[in-house]
Amino acid sequence: MIELSDVTKRYPGGHEAVSGLNLTIDQGELVFLTGHSGAGKSTLLKLIAAIERPTNGNVIVNGQNVGRMKRPALPFFRRNIGLIFQDHKLLYDRSVFDNVLLPLHIQGMTGTDAAKRVRAALDKVGLLKKEKTRPITLSGGEQQRLCIARAIVSRPALVLADEPTANLDDAYARDIMDMFRAFNEVGVTLVISTHDQELIHRYGGRSVNLAYGKLVG
Amino acid sequence: MKAWLTHHLHSMKIAAQRFRDAPLSTLFTILVIGVAVAMPSGLYVLLSNLDRAAGGVKPQVELTLFIKADTPESDSRALASRLSKQADIDKVVFVSKSDGIKKLEAAGLADITAGLPDNPLPDTLIITPKQSTPAALEALNDRLKAMDSTQQVVMDTDWIKRLSALMGLGKSLVLLLAALFGLALAAITANTIRLQIYAQQDEIEVAQLIGATDRFIRRPFLYFGGIQGFIGGVTGWLIVLLGGYFIEASVAQVAAAYGATFNLAGLNATELLPLLLLSTLLGWLGAYFSVNQALRQFANH
Repeated sequence: MIELSDVTKRYPGGHEAVSGLNLTIDQGELVFLTGHSGAGKSTLLKLIAAIERPTNGNVIVNGQNVGRMKRPALPFFRRNIGLIFQDHKLLYDRSVFDNVLLPLHIQGMTGTDAAKRVRAALDKVGLLKKEKTRPITLSGGEQQRLCIARAIVSRPALVLADEPTANLDDAYARDIMDMFRAFNEVGVTLVISTHDQELIHRYGGRSVNLAYGKLVG
Repeated sequence: MKAWLTHHLHSMKIAAQRFRDAPLSTLFTILVIGVAVAMPSGLYVLLSNLDRAAGGVKPQVELTLFIKADTPESDSRALASRLSKQADIDKVVFVSKSDGIKKLEAAGLADITAGLPDNPLPDTLIITPKQSTPAALEALNDRLKAMDSTQQVVMDTDWIKRLSALMGLGKSLVLLLAALFGLALAAITANTIRLQIYAQQDEIEVAQLIGATDRFIRRPFLYFGGIQGFIGGVTGWLIVLLGGYFIEASVAQVAAAYGATFNLAGLNATELLPLLLLSTLLGWLGAYFSVNQALRQFANH
């Protein structure tokens, strides 16, 4: 499903966040990206989601060369990916419901079909009762769950999560990991970056360790 | 098709929402656009009224054709009737040599005419053309001069030329003002949209990340710009209308002083419609320019 071959990402100024990386992730896998901060985990996720373009090498997702994709094609590519951000990127000027509705809306889905899907996604993350509230009133864990609901509402086959359990206490973190596990069990491919080794030990799955932009172990 | 419609409806709803979110600044912007629209269209209205007034006051232009002295009167009469049938000539009055003398005598110059050995006056045609535009007059003048029996053609077109030149100047002024204020309208809209984009930066970024196309992001802004331009156009029209009412009394007084009655005319439907279309289009264009620039910036960022 994801194939990176000899991928290098050099930022302006010369810093190499990812260098000469080779990685293949199959459909239905649950993969943890680990490593110290600055090891290139976030950059790797951004390369897969076509938020960044590789300086060198190929990033192939679903058979498409993401690095060479033209700008008008990007939105349609991104609709197949659920993105979960470390800083949530929620919109605080609208309700929880409307935040989750946004991806469907962008795809032209409205009305009762969309509402049903939004409620289903909110139900999965346990926020159904809060659909009318504003995100700002939610706790950190709830905001993260809202972000997850938004990522899965359009039923993507691939979900990328950047440090989803950072800044959360253990109980919340476990909650969220259980959710991811459940998605994985219904066939969703998940790539999750984390520096929480204990979490990985507890949940198993494949672990990819990065150090200074390269694979280790 | 349904998705397309809901997208557009939703964009309109967002645009309306943004009006409601900032009513005061929107009101000011619309007022500024209104003034920008009112300047050239007000001048236009003034000019077309002046044109109409001048048309009403215009005396009939006449050309006086003096026929060569050796032409027999019967030939002159024949010429007169021939000319009166031509397409661009309204009417021809024939004044014979003897009629001319009689007129002079009637005017109290009998002493002088009595002393003359014979009648020095030529046969004369007084020609009223159908059109009084300088070009038409010039053409007629040239044609009359070229005839064999013509001694001389006298025509006073200077004041017509002056009026026409002034009108031409006025029209180019209207065009110039329209271009300048049109540019201002687009720039004002571009600026308001810019401010909105900065306020909505988070939303645009998130929307882009989860698969929104540029069109999707652009659409509400375009609606906003277009609607704002339209309302601004209506405001401009109202300003012109109010201005008209304001000066109507003094115009009537001036007209009365010239012994005429004159009603000020505003913009009619065939003038108002293009005006509103244009202001809507300019608002839309301003928004388009602004959003595109922002989208390019975000993409590079």
